[in-house]
Amino acid sequence: MLRVGSVCEAGKSRLNKTGDWRTLRPQVTDKCNGCGICELFCPDSCIVLENKKAVIDYDYCKGCGICANECPKQAIEMEEERN
Amino acid sequence: MSVSVMEGSMAVAEAIKVCRPKVISAFPISPQTHIVEELSKMVADGQLDAKYIRVDSEFSAASAVYGSSATGVRSYTASSSQGLLLMIEVLYAMAGTRLPVVLTGVNRTVSAPITIQPDHQDTMALRDTGVIQLHVENSQEAYATHIQAFKLAEDHDILLPVMVCMDGWILTHSYEPIKLEDQKLVDSFLPNFVPKYRLDPKNPLTYGAYADEQVQEFRLMQHFAMERAKSKIEVIANDYQKIFDQYYGGLIDEYKCDDAEVVLVAMGSVIGTFKDAVDTLRTEGVKVGIVKVRSYRPFPGEKIAQAVKNARVVAVMDKSMSVGQGGPLATDVKSAFANKEAPPVLSCIAGMGGRDVTIETVRKMVTKAQLALKTGKIPDIEYTDFRPEYLED
Amino acid sequence: MASQERINLLAPGHRACPGCGAAVALRQILRPLGRNTIAVSATGCVETFTSPYDQSSWEVPWMHSLFENSGAVASGVRAALDVQGEKDVNLVVISGDGGTFDIGMGALSGMLERKDNVTYICYDNEAYMNTGVQRSGSTPHAAATTTTPSGKKSYGKIEYKKDVPGIVWAHDAEYVATASIAYPQDLMRKVKKANEIYGPKYIQVHTPCCIGWGFDASKTIQVGKLAVETGLVPIYEMEKGQPVKVKKAAEKKPIEEYLKVQSRFKHLFKEQERDEVIKELQAICNANIEHFGI
Repeated sequence: MLRVGSVCEAGKSRLNKTGDWRTLRPQVTDKCNGCGICELFCPDSCIVLENKKAVIDYDYCKGCGICANECPKQAIEMEEERN
Repeated sequence: MSVSVMEGSMAVAEAIKVCRPKVISAFPISPQTHIVEELSKMVADGQLDAKYIRVDSEFSAASAVYGSSATGVRSYTASSSQGLLLMIEVLYAMAGTRLPVVLTGVNRTVSAPITIQPDHQDTMALRDTGVIQLHVENSQEAYATHIQAFKLAEDHDILLPVMVCMDGWILTHSYEPIKLEDQKLVDSFLPNFVPKYRLDPKNPLTYGAYADEQVQEFRLMQHFAMERAKSKIEVIANDYQKIFDQYYGGLIDEYKCDDAEVVLVAMGSVIGTFKDAVDTLRTEGVKVGIVKVRSYRPFPGEKIAQAVKNARVVAVMDKSMSVGQGGPLATDVKSAFANKEAPPVLSCIAGMGGRDVTIETVRKMVTKAQLALKTGKIPDIEYTDFRPEYLED
Repeated sequence: MASQERINLLAPGHRACPGCGAAVALRQILRPLGRNTIAVSATGCVETFTSPYDQSSWEVPWMHSLFENSGAVASGVRAALDVQGEKDVNLVVISGDGGTFDIGMGALSGMLERKDNVTYICYDNEAYMNTGVQRSGSTPHAAATTTTPSGKKSYGKIEYKKDVPGIVWAHDAEYVATASIAYPQDLMRKVKKANEIYGPKYIQVHTPCCIGWGFDASKTIQVGKLAVETGLVPIYEMEKGQPVKVKKAAEKKPIEEYLKVQSRFKHLFKEQERDEVIKELQAICNANIEHFGI
């Protein structure tokens, strides 16, 4: 249903799973200490901290690699996406 | 109710005051009228409880009321000529976002050559914006039509900007006795603005989204709202009459059309002159009538066709030109008559750049129309009071 | 940080390029503002990638209308909030450098002059990226864009970056600062500070663009840091017309380190005579280092 004035609801871009854009896949390793720097730098709002660890939502991660590049502990490794 | 003699611009300001807009934004030049000066005085004197945003351009004036209307308050602006042209991009967006802003379009021509004289060239350039355009004949009608305009714009079946078009100088700067309505009565006619959607952190909506697939539907939604406005304009004019005992027509108004052989079609302040001319011509035995087009967008093609069904010829006067085509009003009338049983249409261009339209001008149009009937040849276009001897090329 | 401090107001699924600096900027800008915020944007990358119809990424009310009017639209929004007694709502403009430095300058100037209570944030990616990397008033000297290409008779953009923070300060704005997405704590502190000040505020956020500048998507933050460490992009706040709280660079990097990682400057390394241009860019950095005390 198209709303008058092309007004739309908040946050519905979640319907658009951008994970399939990915060619490289970040993997969080045991070196992660949950500092959260990757979360602040992630353009795609797809990293959260759970139990002091970075957790990546692969439904949306586009695989840019900023998280791996900025991690002060080198705790994120970029691997070829096989899915 | 009270009656005072005042300038047309002041009558508009008085009308806006009783409509209680919460935000007014305007840029005064290019060229402006006294409307926004008077409104700023009303705000300064505490007679009107509104925020008045003084801006850097007409573009910003339209943009500011765009923002305020989307944040849920009744909003107003006014401009003229070049200023209206500068607003065009915003007006398209405003209509597309379905924001019920009311503005006054004081009709003056556009550069070049630069001038401040009146004609309809400016608002014609806004014809396809999706803004409803209502033309008025005199300042009292301007007063009434602004009050009607807010009611129309804010109706949830419509939600489009409405521009009240009035001739610069001829109306804005001439003095007439104006009947001013009581606030309570206006409040009963025009209740508070209830927005359909608004910018509100408690309900975070996205305005101005990007669309590809849906563009055609959104444009058609505007068009269908315009179509619905046709009946709404008539209803609102009738309701206004019931409360205020004033009526200026709905989509159109007719003057002595019933038995007329020649019907003149026009918009704006020339209607007054036309009425005098018709009265004079009728004493000479010429059966002439007038259709005043009050709503230019939406265009009341069916109503006009109905009004002229007994006429033998129709003469349409345009105070502007689509250069390379002709008179826009005549073009619309011809298009409305296509594929119908309808009289032939003579397109007359007159009154551009403020050239006086007199009873003699009207007489020339009627004579041309009669000649066309006699010879059976309708000229493509008739340039009334045109001086070809002055042209270089 | 406690979990609510990690509030995320840009929903995933938006259409920004991988590694988009503007998306990083948006997340960092919105976090200190919180949900009680209305955002206004000009046409540009952010508008396009956050708002395809019915799949909005905005978690706060947001309005875009046109390219050149976000300052004026924001004034209208603020006026409407005021007359409705909603004075505690945060109001932020988030517009690009094209909508700020160039086509929207008049509307911004009007907003500043009126002292409207708006935090205006320019995400500065130094060209018209949304339409295919055309030069703006913010594009640095000598950068190649699609309208300032390098060639036999051209070394890229001839003009210099406009000093918009200076122009804003000349309007007697309440707060002026620059920031970079490479320094998020500094950026978020500035947004929070600006939001708590009444009146017009301006923050210019340096926002690297991997597509438009020509570097790998993973290097967005790294390139942002280099811009600051060379002195080309000074990060500061303004007080009484003077830059204060300037971000210092312990070790000043030569400009070549910044230039050579971006393809928009690669033409400067191909021909000997372009050394003069690199020297000139280094001179700009040196002047910044001295003037700002970097």
